[in-house]
Amino acid sequence: MARSELSPSHDAPPATDRSASRGRLTIFFGAGPGVGKTAAMLAQAQRRRSEGRDVVIGVAYGRNERDLAAELPALPPAATAHGTGSSELDLDAVLKRRPQLVVVDELAHANPPGSRHEKRWQDVEELLRAGIDVYTTLNVQNLESLNEIVRQISNVTVEETVPDVVLERAEIELIDATPDDVITRLGRSQIGATRDNLAALRELALHTAAQYVRADIRRRIPAVDADRVPTQQRLLVLIGNSPEAARLVRLGKRLSGSARAWIVAHVSRPDTATSDDHITPALKLAAELGAQTLLLSGHDLVAEIIDCAAEHGVSQIVIGRSRRPWRLSRSSLAAALLRSAKKVDVTIASIDDSAVPDRWTLPTRTWLTHRGWRGYAEAAIATGCCALIAWFLDPFLETANLGLVFLTGVLVAAVRAGVGPALFASALSFVVFNFLYTEPRRSFSVTAEQDVLTLSFFLLVAIVTGQLAARVRRQIETIQAHSRRLTSLENFSRRLTGIVGQDDFASVLVEYLRSTLALDAIVLFRDHKSALVVAAGDPGRDGLTEPELEAADWAFDHREPAGRGTGTLPAGGWFFIPLGGRHVLGVLGARPSNGRRALDAEQQRLLFALRDQAGTALERLQLALTMEQSRLLTETEKLRTALLSSVSHDLRTPLVSIKGATTALLELSETLAPGDKRELLENVLAETDRLNRYVQNLLDMTRLGYGAVTPQSDWRDVREIIGSARLALRRVLAGRSIALQIEAGDELIHTDAALLEQILVNLLENAAKYSPPDTPIEIEGRRNGREYELSVRDHGPGIPFIERKQIFDLFRRTRAADQKPAGTGMGLAICKGFVEALGGTIQVSDRPSGTGACFSIRLPQPSGMPSSRGPGN
Amino acid sequence: MTAGIPRVLVVDDEPPIRKFLRISLTAEHFAVVEAASGSEALGLIGADPPDLVILDLGLPDVEGEELIQAVRAICPAPIIVLSIRAAEQQKIAAFEAGASDYVTKPFSLGELTARMRALLRDRRPGQPAGPVFEIGGVRVDVAQHRVVVDGTEVKLTPKEFDLLALLVANHGRIVTHRQLLRELRGEAHDDDTQYLRVYVGQLRQKLGDDPAEPRFIGNEPGIGYRFIDPS
Repeated sequence: MARSELSPSHDAPPATDRSASRGRLTIFFGAGPGVGKTAAMLAQAQRRRSEGRDVVIGVAYGRNERDLAAELPALPPAATAHGTGSSELDLDAVLKRRPQLVVVDELAHANPPGSRHEKRWQDVEELLRAGIDVYTTLNVQNLESLNEIVRQISNVTVEETVPDVVLERAEIELIDATPDDVITRLGRSQIGATRDNLAALRELALHTAAQYVRADIRRRIPAVDADRVPTQQRLLVLIGNSPEAARLVRLGKRLSGSARAWIVAHVSRPDTATSDDHITPALKLAAELGAQTLLLSGHDLVAEIIDCAAEHGVSQIVIGRSRRPWRLSRSSLAAALLRSAKKVDVTIASIDDSAVPDRWTLPTRTWLTHRGWRGYAEAAIATGCCALIAWFLDPFLETANLGLVFLTGVLVAAVRAGVGPALFASALSFVVFNFLYTEPRRSFSVTAEQDVLTLSFFLLVAIVTGQLAARVRRQIETIQAHSRRLTSLENFSRRLTGIVGQDDFASVLVEYLRSTLALDAIVLFRDHKSALVVAAGDPGRDGLTEPELEAADWAFDHREPAGRGTGTLPAGGWFFIPLGGRHVLGVLGARPSNGRRALDAEQQRLLFALRDQAGTALERLQLALTMEQSRLLTETEKLRTALLSSVSHDLRTPLVSIKGATTALLELSETLAPGDKRELLENVLAETDRLNRYVQNLLDMTRLGYGAVTPQSDWRDVREIIGSARLALRRVLAGRSIALQIEAGDELIHTDAALLEQILVNLLENAAKYSPPDTPIEIEGRRNGREYELSVRDHGPGIPFIERKQIFDLFRRTRAADQKPAGTGMGLAICKGFVEALGGTIQVSDRPSGTGACFSIRLPQPSGMPSSRGPGN
Repeated sequence: MTAGIPRVLVVDDEPPIRKFLRISLTAEHFAVVEAASGSEALGLIGADPPDLVILDLGLPDVEGEELIQAVRAICPAPIIVLSIRAAEQQKIAAFEAGASDYVTKPFSLGELTARMRALLRDRRPGQPAGPVFEIGGVRVDVAQHRVVVDGTEVKLTPKEFDLLALLVANHGRIVTHRQLLRELRGEAHDDDTQYLRVYVGQLRQKLGDDPAEPRFIGNEPGIGYRFIDPS
């Protein structure tokens, strides 16, 4: 059945170092105040400084230690809005200063509201991650897993706790002092604890330190660990939705010791709608204590647990026990576990829960009826109908058989409304049946054993069918809910595959969360200035508040959740999780849209499931974008190369002829025949024209590239424009016959004359170049309704079909018949650009009859024609 | 003015172009004066007004349009503008400022001298405004309102005749749309180029002229028309 895993990194320090440059944490660990932790820490910091390390005091407390501290450079304390004075660590100042080693007293300290992190150990975690070594102090009573025990020893509940994981990754320096010394140093009144208490705490501290040192040795020397098979040694703690869940988790931590992997799981049937008031915090606590957390779901709870145990190599299962008489389902759970889990130890923890109701079982509300008073009304109506039918059937049936009619009513009530209304219906049926049909009629008297039996049957049927119907109904509801979720998840996947951009992605995600999980959601990306921008979602009237933005920022930078419900920057209303795979690409923010304060466990679970899917989609999107960009870059690069080669070749070729001819004329003017001189000079002239056209093309291309082509259209005589084009090409077209086919009435064209002239110059030059000099070039102009079609046809070899699409690409050249590279590869691209600027299209085809290319341009025309009537005289 | 030899002021900031013009135009019997900037040109004109000014539109020290207006203010000599292709609007603006004609860079010497001769033609002393023009196969008798093309008489309406007479009298020179309209329809209608287009179309048809390969009436896009001087 469904099994999902909460991210172990959620709210908890990461289990493994992310980078090699992570700072080292040294904890000066003691039984309580007054053992001299701070003094020892400062003395050691002093030594480090004398060794030449860059040491800074982030925050240090104590009276006698002031003198010691004075010799070390200290950072000014954080300015806090809540006036807690000079005792707060200025995290950002330390991060900015970047010392090699920073002294941060009191690891368990809780930061004032409004700080970035709730707890100081989280600040320290960030410092370590930034690669800064940290010296800190900790009392045994502040250790999360020992919280309970310390309370039993000293009758004091310690609020400020530190997850055990923090210790596991630290160097521990045990600072010990005898209780007498402590009492002497602090004075009895300061401590508020007896000598015995102090002794007990001391023992606990020594024991804990020893445990961690042992674990440390195991980690460092694998040989010691060789006889252990860690995967077979896991501890599984099962928690229910009771206030005892947190205590069970702490117990699990103690039992697991410091080096053993452990799991905390909650198991439930998919058809039960238990609330999770205690489960979410307990799982969060478990994660903080370094446990893997699981939510298991299945109809057979025992099988589910056994499977999980087998899968994770669990050797011991811990389950809580109530002192109250066990309910049916629970007793079977514990007993069945004991029966079924042959290879696993089952530890049943004694916990005091006398004050709280047990909620393992189904909520009774739904057990009775799912429709309230309406169910009872239906039951009454059903009974009434039965009475009516029985009244009609009375003449034909025996009295005993009339009872079957009423039984039908009870069945209907049970199926439709549940057990309660069914019981109600059976009681009512019995009363009516008794009153109307049993002897003596029209009176209440339970005379025979038969009547008692009838009533008993009625009630039995009501209970059995009601239970059955209720179960079926619940299962159907569960299946429906499940299938709804599956469908929408599937829809979500499908929509994710169809998205084209980040904004699209963001709105799909937000919409999905709104419709499926009833969550307000926002998606934030970083813009090019690395400021967070909302890509989709509605953050409310005032947008995101400062702490909310800060939390989103933090989640982005640290790749971990932040905001409400986490230990980091929880002041705002939103919960933020980073999106993406190896790199954080965005942040997803969520908050319940029904006004509840925080997300429940189910919502968080689905959110994490969704995050992975969304992260993958986002990564894919990013990849596609990068590929597209690199493709564009390659394209641009190709164009640039083509342009350079074009400029170097096409610009230089005419210059070669010009320079050659002129030098020949200069140096050989005496010997050259007059005819040769003239030929050379004409060559120079033609090449100059060519160069000029080339420069014109470069200019036109640049204009197109800058989008600087703005047509100024007017009614023109197309023949005039053709004339201008021919004039510009007079030397190229010299000797060519050009056939013009323009019907009377088709002379007028609405266009920009300069652009059309340039188009025609390029088309005519192209035609002249690619067709034999003795063949004509045909130009045809025709008005086709709202379009003017102008074609230029030659008698050359034509354009092969497969090249027709690319022929208008920039720097695309076709080889002329004589295999010389022809043209600059710009002319047709410019034609296309200009034609498109005029709102028209250009295409190439074969000449209708015979070989040759036919370039046709179609230009849109306004609906009205100018008056072609001659002016009055 | 030196009798017989027209003085031409060449204003261009490019020494090679000035050199090419000086050598070529001197060979074509013009007296050439050179200026490299607008201010130098105005100084020269003020000292001794030339018969014709050849002006590059892309001078570094002053906008072409401004310089044309400044020249116009102190000197009635025709101005030929040297322009580049892409600057269509600039060319039109130059005409509005008072330019008389233009050649597009790069140009051939023949193009330039033909324009220069056309502009200087009427300025030669003693040339009367003849009542009969005969150019390239067209004979226009102004007094008798008769037009003969290649030996065949062509019937023209009075307005068509006026148009033709105007163009022929200025053969080889640009007649701007505005000038034509002012002559034909008066001041009020001097921007109705559509009207003019229809007129010219009819005239061309009657003269048997092909707009795509004009023999008589050449088109100057955006500016006006020019009766083609075959010489």
